[in-house]
Amino acid sequence: MKRASRIYTALILLFLFAPIVILLVFSFNETKSLSVFSGFSMKWYRELFRDRDTLSAVRNTLVLAVISSLVSTVMGTAAAVGMHKLRSKWYRAALDTVTNIPMINPDIITGISLMLMFVFVGRFFGLATSLSFWTMLLAHITFCLPYVILQVLPKLRQMDPALPEAARDLGCTPLQAFFKAELPEILPGIITGMIMAFTLSLDDFVISYFTQGNGFQTLPIRIYSMTKKTVTPKMYALATIIFFVILTLLLISNLTDQDDGDKHKTKKVKSED
Amino acid sequence: MKERGKGRATLLDRLLLAPYSVWAVIFILVPLAFVAYYAFTDNNFHFTTDNIVKFFTASSEVEGREVRTYLLIFWRSFKLAVISTAVCLLLGYPMAFITARARPRVQKTLITLVMIPMWMNFLIRTYAWMTILQDTGILNGLLASIGLGRIHIIGTESAVVIGMVYDYIPYMIMPIYSVMAKMDVRLMEAARDLGCNNLNTLRRVIFPLSLPGVISGVNMVLIPSISTFYISQKLGNGKFFLIGDAIEGQYVANNLHFAAAIAFIMMIVLLAAMALLRKLADRRVEGGV
Repeated sequence: MKRASRIYTALILLFLFAPIVILLVFSFNETKSLSVFSGFSMKWYRELFRDRDTLSAVRNTLVLAVISSLVSTVMGTAAAVGMHKLRSKWYRAALDTVTNIPMINPDIITGISLMLMFVFVGRFFGLATSLSFWTMLLAHITFCLPYVILQVLPKLRQMDPALPEAARDLGCTPLQAFFKAELPEILPGIITGMIMAFTLSLDDFVISYFTQGNGFQTLPIRIYSMTKKTVTPKMYALATIIFFVILTLLLISNLTDQDDGDKHKTKKVKSED
Repeated sequence: MKERGKGRATLLDRLLLAPYSVWAVIFILVPLAFVAYYAFTDNNFHFTTDNIVKFFTASSEVEGREVRTYLLIFWRSFKLAVISTAVCLLLGYPMAFITARARPRVQKTLITLVMIPMWMNFLIRTYAWMTILQDTGILNGLLASIGLGRIHIIGTESAVVIGMVYDYIPYMIMPIYSVMAKMDVRLMEAARDLGCNNLNTLRRVIFPLSLPGVISGVNMVLIPSISTFYISQKLGNGKFFLIGDAIEGQYVANNLHFAAAIAFIMMIVLLAAMALLRKLADRRVEGGV
């Protein structure tokens, strides 16, 4: 790299990481100050781990992310397999368009639209509030589905179409042909889709915000209410923990796909040509 | 042979597709219809255009002047989103270029580094900037310690733009990078051999080829910047209401019909803007080639 490029890269990275480093450093500050570091202390971490609301929000977020990623992966994979073999052109076009909607629409529209429907249906049945864990789960499954489908479809297109046919000719039932021949081929796409769904669900704030109810809080919603009023370094401690969890996960995924990932990529490029 | 190539959609395939088809109608299409339904009805669900009219006519006093409240909010949202997108493009484009031209190992590291902040929740990222930009924050502490005067930046439009740029710049860098990484280096060499200087190579070869990445980057930054409702509350000190704040405010106040009307108008305007953007890009690509 040339020198100017190096300096530019360093400046952009400084811009990207300075705020994170500051949160990290001040999470260990012994006072509440945001500009003066007066001494090292684990006080905010202790307070964080005593905060029941935050801990239950962490649990809620994980439960929600696990269920919504599993449901959307199963339904999305099934949908992708069906879509791949679909003959009807208009049905296919309609499905493509509808699948794109949650990805193009701003989150706030997706959130508001689902909320309006839930509230309307709830009122129809005479409920005071229909928003709860369940409405949030439905919303999460909805915005995860397109990402799963879009990860699985290209894998189906790359697959040799003779493969499931051969399995059938060799005496497999359609179901066996799917599980023994097709599934192993598209598995990388399914796994990527599931990881994406999981992280999207973990990270979502806006759609959760509008479809939440009955006191069911996820971590982003908890963060929102924590930052609503006063500034507390407890938030920094939480942010620091989240940062290290993300860093670890990214490093692991980088290390694991280093070996077979590159081979896969060249294969993919070739088959696309 | 043809039959064999694609495989016939069996009953099983149709069954596989059924749950998603039903789900997409109930949870994607019907809710959007509800936005329109709420936008055009009153609290008793009788048809009315009042909510839409209110959006265009409601007025309030700002600094002694009578202004159209929601039109002003809409204009401000677009202005700040367009500025933020432009800054993201200006800062992100060279970064994407440098990354795409680096050695494979460096490329991978740089992309991972750009992605790390993206994986942090945007609430935390915004909050971090709030602590930096505050009057008693680190920036002012730093300025004071080197003998410069304090600056007041929190609660200004600049602070909101900084927050948006920080939150969304990875979404600009990533798509441009992925298009550039696939670009043939020989094209640039050819351009130079044929007498292009650096600027001309950029203008006539690199930029037109990277346009698909630029367009998806612009989309990915513009749409969340227009519709955000947290950044402006934290970094604008609640003084700069954006369209997302207006929707959220009406939701919190339980004015669901008016919230739906604002959302409905925003949806229409965004669709129009995206169609326009695509049209401009198409013309640009045709003109460039």
